[in-house]
Parts: sequence; C-alpha cells; structure tokens
Amino acid sequence: MEVTVKTAQQLRLTEQEFELIKEKLGRTPNFNELCAFSGMWSEHCSYKNSIKWLKTLPREGGRMLVKAGEENAGLMDIGGGLGVVFKIESHNHPSAIEPFQGAATGVGGIHRDIFTMGARPIASLNSLRFGNLDEDKTQHLLSGVVHGIGHYGNCFGVPTVGGEIYFDECYHTNPLVNAMSVGIVKAGETVSATALGKGNPVMFVGSATGKDGIGGASFASADITAESTQELPAVQVGDPFQEKKLLEACLEVIQTGAVVGMQDMGAAGIICSTAEMSAKGEVGMRIDLDKVPTRQNNMKTWELLLSESQERMLLVAEKGREEEVIKVFTKWDLPCSVIGEVTDDGILNFFMNGELEASLPAHELVLGGGAPQYDREYSEPKYFADIKKFNPDTVEVPEDLKSIAEQIVSLPSISSKRWVYNQYDSMVGTNNTSTNAPTDAPLVIVKGTTKALAVTTDCNSRYVYADPYKGAMIAVSEAARNIVCTGGQPLGVTNCLNFGNPYDPEVYYQFIHAIKGMGEACRKFDTPVTGGNVSFYNQNPDGPVYPTPTIGMVGLLEDVNNKMTLDFKEEGDVILLIGYSNNDINSSQYLAKICGVDLSPAPHFELEEELKLQQKITELINKNLIESAHDVSEGGLFVTLLESAFHRNLGFDVVAADYNIRKDAQWFGEKQSRVVVSVKAGKLKEVKAAIGDHPFEELGVVTSGSVEVDGMEWGTIESWKEQYDTAIENFLSKEEAGSALSSI
Amino acid sequence: MKFGVVVFPGSNCDRDMYDALSYDLGQEVSMLWHKDKDLSKFSTEDCIILPGGFSYGDYLRCGAIARFSPMMQSVIEFANEGGKVFGVCNGFQILCESHLLPGGLLRNANQQFICKNVFITNETEKIYKIPVAHGEGRYYADEDTLNELEANGQILFYYCDEKGNKTEASNPNGATRNIAGICNANRNVFGMMPHPERACSPVLGNTDGQEIIRTMLMERQLVL
Repeated sequence: MEVTVKTAQQLRLTEQEFELIKEKLGRTPNFNELCAFSGMWSEHCSYKNSIKWLKTLPREGGRMLVKAGEENAGLMDIGGGLGVVFKIESHNHPSAIEPFQGAATGVGGIHRDIFTMGARPIASLNSLRFGNLDEDKTQHLLSGVVHGIGHYGNCFGVPTVGGEIYFDECYHTNPLVNAMSVGIVKAGETVSATALGKGNPVMFVGSATGKDGIGGASFASADITAESTQELPAVQVGDPFQEKKLLEACLEVIQTGAVVGMQDMGAAGIICSTAEMSAKGEVGMRIDLDKVPTRQNNMKTWELLLSESQERMLLVAEKGREEEVIKVFTKWDLPCSVIGEVTDDGILNFFMNGELEASLPAHELVLGGGAPQYDREYSEPKYFADIKKFNPDTVEVPEDLKSIAEQIVSLPSISSKRWVYNQYDSMVGTNNTSTNAPTDAPLVIVKGTTKALAVTTDCNSRYVYADPYKGAMIAVSEAARNIVCTGGQPLGVTNCLNFGNPYDPEVYYQFIHAIKGMGEACRKFDTPVTGGNVSFYNQNPDGPVYPTPTIGMVGLLEDVNNKMTLDFKEEGDVILLIGYSNNDINSSQYLAKICGVDLSPAPHFELEEELKLQQKITELINKNLIESAHDVSEGGLFVTLLESAFHRNLGFDVVAADYNIRKDAQWFGEKQSRVVVSVKAGKLKEVKAAIGDHPFEELGVVTSGSVEVDGMEWGTIESWKEQYDTAIENFLSKEEAGSALSSI
Repeated sequence: MKFGVVVFPGSNCDRDMYDALSYDLGQEVSMLWHKDKDLSKFSTEDCIILPGGFSYGDYLRCGAIARFSPMMQSVIEFANEGGKVFGVCNGFQILCESHLLPGGLLRNANQQFICKNVFITNETEKIYKIPVAHGEGRYYADEDTLNELEANGQILFYYCDEKGNKTEASNPNGATRNIAGICNANRNVFGMMPHPERACSPVLGNTDGQEIIRTMLMERQLVL
C-alpha cells in the first residue's frame, strides 16, 4: 500500500506532520509506521498543543519523589517509608459514545497507571459532567457512566470514596468522565516505566489482544460529531476481574526483584508502551508481534501496534529470570510471554513471522522527543463582553427566600448524589472513614500507620467559563480548602484539563489562562502539579464545553485522630462563619439556574484571603477548638448549613448580621473563602481569641431539628433532607415511568 | 480457635476480613489459596471464611464457578464434618451455590448494585448497623424452605429499620421476608449478605460487626 499525505490525513495527521515524519525517518514511512506516528503524535499521547503551557506549572518540589510527567503517575513522600501515587485521567470521548464501557475502562486505565508503579490503589474518585438531567440523553449517559464506574471499581475492589457531578447544558453532547486513583507504595518498591539493559527480555502480560480500541487515542483527539457513533470499535471493553488478577500479579512479581521496568498499555497500546519505555531508557527493542497473544485471528501489524485492549502490561525483566516472572503470572492464570528483547540502538523493530514490518526510532515518537510541540493562537472570547455587562441590580431580590431555597436544594448539581454513590462500593478496603463521619474531603486511612489521606476532586467550570484565570485558582483553592477543613495538609495536585478544540483561539485563550491561574494557586498552596491529563476536543458542532480544569488533590493527616468532620454535633453549639460575606451573586447556582442568568463574572475571590482563611482553619482544628468545619461552595451559605445539619438530623437558627448585604447574596451567593464552623458555647471566647482579626460572623446556634432563618420558621431538617435526598431520584423515576408507559 | 480465609482470584474483601479478625479481634488467621486443598491444620472448632468479592469474575451466576474450585471441595468436606464455615456476601452466594445453605441470591430488586449502611436484627432483637455492598443479594427460597428455616430458627438476620422494624423500606435488595443471613440446620454453616468485617475497626466509627463475629463464630451464643 502506497502511503501518501492523504493516508496521513485519514489518520488525523496534518500535511506538515507528514512532512516532519519523512524528515525524521529520512524516507517515506510504510503504513504500519505511519499508524504508529498517528497514535503517538495524537493530541492524547503527545500533548502537542498543551505541553508548552503545562511546563509553566509548578512541577517539582515539596514532597515530590518523581518529576511531573516522568512516570505514569505522581509520587509523593508521606513519611514512614511510604509514598502516595495518584493521578486523574479523562475518558470523555469513549463515554460519549458508549457510556458503560467508556466509564468502566476509564476506571481500569487509571488504576493501572497506579499499580504499574508498584503501588496498591486504596481509593478512587471521579469528576463527572452531564447535560441537563431532564433530557433523556443525559439520563441514559448518567446511568451508563455510573453503572460502568460501579461495575469496574466494585469488582476490582477499590473503594470509590468521592467525586463531583454537575449538570449543565454545555455537556449535553460531550459528557466528561474523569477518574482518579490513589495508591500507596513502600519506599524501594516503586517500579519505573523504563526499559534498560541490552538483551533483557521484553514480556507481554495480561489479556490477549483484540481489535478493540484501535485508534482510540486519535479518536479522542477530534471533535464529537454525528458520525462519531461509527467509531464504536474505538471504544475499549473492560474486564475488571482480569485487572484484579493483574494487580495482584504485578505487585507480587515486583517482590521477585526480577523486574527492570513496567508500563501499562493504555492509549496507543503496544506502540506507546514500547516507545515510551525505550525512549526513557535510551534503548531500542526488537519485538516479534506474532508472539503477542491475540483473541482474534489474522490481526495485522498496525492493529497489533494500536489496539487498546485493556488489562495489559509491558514488562522488562532481568535476562535469565524470565521463569520467576512467568511463575507469578501463571499462579494468577494470566498469559505471560516473552515477545522480544531490549536493544541498544534506540530503534523499535517490529517483526511479524520473521519479516520486519516497522522500524522506528523510539525517541522520535514520544513527547519530549520528536513529537511536535505547537504554539497555538489565542484571542479573548467574545462572550466576555456580555459577562462584563452583567449588572446584579437588574436581579430583584426575591420576597420568598424559602421557596428559592427549596428550588436550589432540588437542583441536580446541588442535591444529594446518593442515587449515584450508593451504586459504588465505597467501603471495600475498610479504610474509608467518611462513611460514618462525613468530611469535606473523603478521608482514607493508611493501614498500618496512624496516617490518613484526604482526597478530593474539584472544579466549578461555570466560574472558569466566566473567568478562566480566576476560575482555575478557585478550583485549586476549593480542593485545598476541602482538605484543610478535613484537618489535612494539602500535598499535591493531579489535573485533568478538559477543554474544547485547541485550534479555536477562544478555547485556547481559556486553556492558557486557566493554566496561569492554576499555576499561581498551586504555588501559593505549595501543591505542585504531579501529573495528569489533557483532554481537548470536548466540542461538537454547537460549540465547546465549559473549560473544566478538574483538580484532583491529595492531603495528608499525620494522625487520623486529628481529623475534622463537617457535621454539627449537638444542639446549642454556636455556628460561626469564618471569612466575610458580601453582595456577590455572581456565577452562583442561584443566579444561573433560578434566575436564568448564564453570563456573569466569577464570584469574588482573592488568593491571599483564601490562604489566610485556610491557615486560620488549620489553627482552629489543631488547637482543638471547633466541632465541625464545612466550606461554603455551590448553593451558598444556606446549603452549607443544611449539609452540616443533615448527618445527625439537627437543625439551625441563624440570622444574617449585615443588613447591607442583599438577602439572596447572603444565603445563596457563592463568594469564596468562607467556612462554616460550629463550636461549643463554652469555648466561644477562646475561639474568638484564636480567630483574632480574621473576619468572621456569629450566625446562630444548632437546634434539635428546626430550621430558622432570619427569625422565620423554615420547617424541619427532615423535610429539607427529604427534598435534598430525592431530587435526582425524582428526575430519574419520571424517566422510568415514561419508558414503562412507552413499552405498554 | 483459628480462622482460615479463602482467597479466590477475584476476592476483594479477603484482606479486610484478615484485618478485622487479626487486628480488631485479635484472632489467629491464615489465608487459603483457592487452588490448594489442604485443610488438615483446621479442626471442627476452627472456622473457614469465604470472603466477599467476585470469586472468578462472576460473569456467570455469582459463585457458580467458585463452587467447583479445589479449595471449595475441601471446604464442603470440612463443613460436612461439622467444621464452621462462614460466607459473607460473595461467600454467602458460594455457600448457596455449593448447596451448603438452602436458597439462592438473586439480582437486587432495583437492578442496581447497592452499597450503604443498613440495619439488621435477629431473634434477640438486638439491632446492628452493618454495611451491604452487592448487586445480587436478594435472598430467595421457596415457601416450604422459608417456613422450615424460620421454624428451625435458621434465620440469622433480618433487614430492619433503625428501630428494629422489618419494613419493606429497610430491605435494601427485596430479599424474601427481609432475610439478610441464614445458617444450616446443623448450625455450623453461616451466610450473610451484610459485611460485619467492615464494621470492626474503631477508626471507621462502627464496631457493630465485632459482636456479630464474636458471638456467632467464637462464642456461638446467638439465639439460633
């Protein structure tokens, strides 16, 4: 088959990239080689349109044990000879087409990134975005994605401890499915994704290779269109049982000491794992593709190179110790075969039945090597002008605040996600302390120590849309605030940058300004970005999604007994708001969903004010002065109070002190850097002394169950809880009723 | 007495069970690989545990394949000789598939996996808060079997609400007669869907499971 620029374009490479490939090789590539470049130089693998900006993020320092991007996931020191390994990754495109498998394999892929480094995953989180919940399509996607995450995670046996879900029109065609995994590794037991040592065997372990997921990496590097459903074969199929065995076998094989390096096969399958491991070790490989176990006959070279069949690992072992490796995988009934060896010339030579089918310099294929890096143009989005025009005075303060509050509590983005999380095994592993004692960030113990990890995913993309720079700072700040409110010290960040098409200058503007804001906030909190994932092309003919730079953050508690919970403890405790309120209703759920104003600036936020707030909260927790802490986020102060009251069926009697603040801003505004705490009445004086000159407000007291706001009776906590708990279920039961009717 | 925890390739509550027995209850525990058969170091005073998880992937009926594993042949023999066997969740499913316990576990009534704290009670009317986590936990048996189980006092636990009422709303999976766990007529084989091992560690804020394991398996004091 003759390879031309047209072939390249069909493989989603540009004309310039095709020329560059010819230049690098000194010849025209054959079809197999071109396929290899197509996978490796896809946006998904090469980060070609993002890497220049990603490098501006704080990528080292603190407790980091490997530099960002050097390994499959971030690795940070938590003391006591232990490290935490964590990463977040997107599986948006597959989930848009096939929500169940798309989400399931997203979970599988991120766990492999963790255990390929020698760590045992102990917690999993996710961050999901869908369109409006009253749409059939959204309900189909939501139930498919939730089912997929549960199916894979529950069987694999890692608790799904937290996450976030928002519903907004912009995600109707392009849902976002970001999965995060957190693992623990002992010092000295980490494995690098590096191939070393001429003559060392290259081994293939795990599931047999099929034709599923071919071209997945390049599929994820294009917009979603009506034709996208024809890309179904680009969606992978997951087998969590196989992955569970792979996990145990990989951790066991590391103990033999015979492993030189290991990398999971994710995007772009064999070509990516061989290229990245070789490039990092500055070696080459000779691979006999006919030795790769397949589950379909007559697979072609390019199919074998690009297949994204799940639950597979590439492993380089010490020569002569193959049998030790094979023994472990045989114990776990997993295929394991030697498919080649490490060479010293930097070239990947792929053979099929003795014939050389592709010959590629590993270095030229990879990010940081020959893969192109682009500067994209950017320009300020036109909608910014409308945002600037917003005048809050045009929004009348409603008379009946209680009825507004009821509508807010029933918004799917605000209300309880129990329909979702009850489908996830959140307790397997017996390490999740938040089941019985809710915390702002889910808290998992590190068994065998007194330590615990507070883990969270956060991003309010409405804020980022309104102001990419400030919105990204808020995302980082909220993650850190959740960890601080749990009693933890924020350690580091993994990010999942979900944006539209990078060739759109307005999208690119959002991207670089979000990066700038994220970098500034991460430096402020001393939480380096340890790695992550960029997902562009979350776009369809109607436009891009809101810029959604999801922050996954991990924090440390040296002693789990010093944790702070979010629930009010006892009637009579005094409720304080640390931080000050103002007249801000900008970009609140109230303004967007109740008043129907989509375009307004991001809420008030100052980085320095946020840091001081967090330091104050840490001080109050360390001095053992407060009973609960819960930050004010979506839905505003009233929702925060409810959430603190629900767990023990307590109520609250609160009065806003400042009459200059409009009532809707007071109770539903989303001005940042505020935390609701409760304290024993007897400690109030001491607490106030500790708060010092940091702004705060005494809101009222915890009651036995009645809810009173500004002197008015707002019912009982039970009735609020009922509304909060059942809102999403009510949306979905309408669909079930509808489909039952249609089947009659 | 000592405990043995069977490890199937897809077991994922095996280590949790080990931790609960070993660290929270101070018991002697060893792990038993599914391909092995040797139970010679266990006497009938000891207890073999089938933990939760997805034994062999459970793509067929849960526990249907595990029943045929080498270790299960020995466990069945051990049970028939009077040895104590306790199955939790997937372990309960395996015990039913192995016919060591009557009835079976069907897909949850709402067709969804369910993970949450539930309340269970028994004839002592003591109420325990214990987590469930399963997709196929709806206990089912024919009427005669159910009547016999109840007449013999073989129902270990019923789902109930916080106050001990066996209501429909407190039944997480639609189990017949709110049944959460049963034992055999000889009272040496026990199975339950809720996970007592997840409610043993004080740091997790719920230790109700300790009492279940202690009284049922170690002291055999449950009113059965």
